[in-house]
Amino acid sequence: MLIPRIPVGDTVEFAVDWIEGNFGLFLDLTSKQLDLLISGLKDALLFLPPEFFIPGISLLSYFAGKRNIKLAAGTAFGFFLIENMELWELSMETLALVLSSALLALIIGIPLGILSAKNNILFHVVKPALDFMQTMPSFVYLIPALIFFGLGNVPGMIATVVFAMPPAIRLTNLGIRQVPKELTEVADAFGSTGWQKLSKVELPVALPTIMAGVNQCIMLSLSMVVVAAMIGVRGLGYQVLFGIQRVDIGMGFEAGLAIVIIAIFLDRITQYLSPR
Amino acid sequence: MDKNIKLELRNITKIFGKNPPKVISLLNEGLSKSEIFKKTKQTVGLNNVNFKVYDGEIFVIMGLSGSGKSTLLRCLNRLIEPTAGKILIDGQDITQMNAKELRDIRRTKIGMVFQNFALLPHRTVLDNVAYGLEIQGIPKEKRYSKALAAIESVGLKGYEHSKITQLSGGMKQRVGLARALANNPDILLMDEAFSALDPLIRSDMQDELLALEDRVQKTIIFVSHDLDEALKLGDRIALMKDGEVVQIGTPEEILTEPADSYVSKFVEGVDRSKVLTAESVMKRPEPLVSINSGPRVAIQLMKNHGISSIYVVEGKNRHLKGILMIGDALEALKTGKSLEVAMFPDSPRVAPDLPLNEVIPLIAESQYPLAVVNDSGKLLGIIVRGTVLGALAVSGENGRTETPEEKNPEEKTSEERKSAGKFFEYKPPEKIVFIGKNKGEVGHSSEDSGVTDGKGDIINDGIDSGAPAKATAKVPLRSDSGSGQEAKTC
Ligand SMILES: Nc1ncnc2c1ncn2[C@@H]1O[C@H](COP(=O)(O)OP(=O)(O)OP(=O)(O)O)[C@@H](O)[C@H]1O
Ligand SMILES: [Mg+2]
Repeated sequence: MLIPRIPVGDTVEFAVDWIEGNFGLFLDLTSKQLDLLISGLKDALLFLPPEFFIPGISLLSYFAGKRNIKLAAGTAFGFFLIENMELWELSMETLALVLSSALLALIIGIPLGILSAKNNILFHVVKPALDFMQTMPSFVYLIPALIFFGLGNVPGMIATVVFAMPPAIRLTNLGIRQVPKELTEVADAFGSTGWQKLSKVELPVALPTIMAGVNQCIMLSLSMVVVAAMIGVRGLGYQVLFGIQRVDIGMGFEAGLAIVIIAIFLDRITQYLSPR
Repeated sequence: MDKNIKLELRNITKIFGKNPPKVISLLNEGLSKSEIFKKTKQTVGLNNVNFKVYDGEIFVIMGLSGSGKSTLLRCLNRLIEPTAGKILIDGQDITQMNAKELRDIRRTKIGMVFQNFALLPHRTVLDNVAYGLEIQGIPKEKRYSKALAAIESVGLKGYEHSKITQLSGGMKQRVGLARALANNPDILLMDEAFSALDPLIRSDMQDELLALEDRVQKTIIFVSHDLDEALKLGDRIALMKDGEVVQIGTPEEILTEPADSYVSKFVEGVDRSKVLTAESVMKRPEPLVSINSGPRVAIQLMKNHGISSIYVVEGKNRHLKGILMIGDALEALKTGKSLEVAMFPDSPRVAPDLPLNEVIPLIAESQYPLAVVNDSGKLLGIIVRGTVLGALAVSGENGRTETPEEKNPEEKTSEERKSAGKFFEYKPPEKIVFIGKNKGEVGHSSEDSGVTDGKGDIINDGIDSGAPAKATAKVPLRSDSGSGQEAKTC
């Protein structure tokens, strides 16, 4: 028996055409906005030359780590190395991408996590979606982003936001659901409004868990921003890809080292910022 | 005492489940909680509860685990919505209130103290106590000064900037109490507020609550599963079973006129150790002298034990013959008289189930210790003045000496008798002339004595023995009779 070929590809192409036809303007506008955000942040990071930036960020991490000398020294050394390898500008571009993507992911993810903790129907919709997203390899996210936004920083950022959002939703939801029942009863028994209950009891009690979500979100953003070099995202990831293509081991290694430095820095800082 | 009604419940019913109307109609048909659960998988939390609480009263809700105490308490501020019925606070039906009116009532009229303290871990003591004022939008200075006053009133002055994790259990619950008091509510709801504390701290907290009640005159609804606590705190007690109130009354009424077998079991099971009878305060009769011995043996025994009188018994069954004073014994030795002649045969004796309030006048009049003797004349134990004083000190601490009718001693298990003896074991002060001591081993078997056998399980100080008595008394109550899931899991 002959089974006709199912036109998967054609259908998808049709759908994409339809979306671009109807939402093209909207997509263009979002794209412009996001580009502005990334380049704005990048310019801000590059505003201070490294000679000022490095002491500044070391001092910042010293206080963020509750007067932790080791963290400050490590930060200073790491960023000095980056500057020394002449990867400063690329690193700041990557950092700008990571921060803006993570910021966007958190702005969407945390409220979504709160809502799904409060609303069981929403939770039952969100949970399978999150589970499904977790099963997909990271670069699969690049395809739809590429389709709608073409090549460049913006599609990379979109893919990153989508990829990094699940832990923020998941852990916010978990943190709020784990608030002991007696504590929410306290909020109610003393006559709190819904908002007071959330802001004065639930969020503070859930904060350590939420911060774990923030940490994971940022780390995933970094890994995705690097992978997104495949669709034309600039920065350290592109440098690594370049090194691989030209079999330039030294160049690839240096860029990789810079990524590791940034990863460790972001991880430590977010961990110190979360209360225990 | 004025008897303004502060709070009134009318036909409060709470059904946990998907189809409450159906359950209510089954309840009307007279089905029980467990039958309904089997049939519909729905739980009857409360079934037609009615009572009034007066202004300034401590009203204790008591019952076994799963009987609906917490559910009832949480209905009073609508943390749990009652399925049917009315709750009137100062004549206002709170079940009809909208969200805003309910919030106002919760902010100003009703405070709540929780079993596991439920303090906000990210806040200091001060900010925990000020929470209720904070959400009312009261400016910082004012709410802190009120919170500080509340902290002071529970004896935690100086700890206001401590972190919650630095506090002990007792201190945490003080913070919980201060938090409820800071709003200056008329009504305090307390759900097993002291259950998580260890017995000594718990007793302190109970005392302080009573002292506080004297000062501020709140209406307190206190949930407890512990009869001792209920008796100590309650002006009135409501006993619950399977979501229904089976009896409401003063502690005396609950003890002396139990409404049904459930209540009397409850009262018995817990109060057995506290019921004061001759038997429960007597001590082991040692040493004893056999009627067939000579005066020399009797004198030697009294000398060894440092006592001035000794009981004379006959045979293995310790049939009481009389009491021999040291003076008479010495004379008998000189004149060669037998013990039977020298002793005083009509020594005062009481039955083991004689209530203590009848024992007291006897011991006060008598120059001898009292002998506790059963129907067949067997000597079970002796009562000296010190023993009674010790027992009274214990019961006085708990606030009651009057006791309900005690059952026949034969119906008690030996275990119970043992513990009854144990709790009130008392070492008489030096001044009192006493007849027996626990240490000596005299040649008679004590297996069937029915009294504590004195092997290191003695609590000598009658005053302290209250705490272990409570601890053991609680145990049988915790057995969960409920079929549904635990309500406290989150
Ligand atoms: N949210 C709920 N859903 C279903 N059933 C519940 C719920 N809350 C309580 N119940 C049931 O209602 C009954 C009364 O529970 P409640 O917690 O009031 O008992 P309690 O007397 O306070 O017991 P404890 O001494 O263990 O605290 C129990 O059978 C319980 O299983
Ligand atoms: Mg309870």
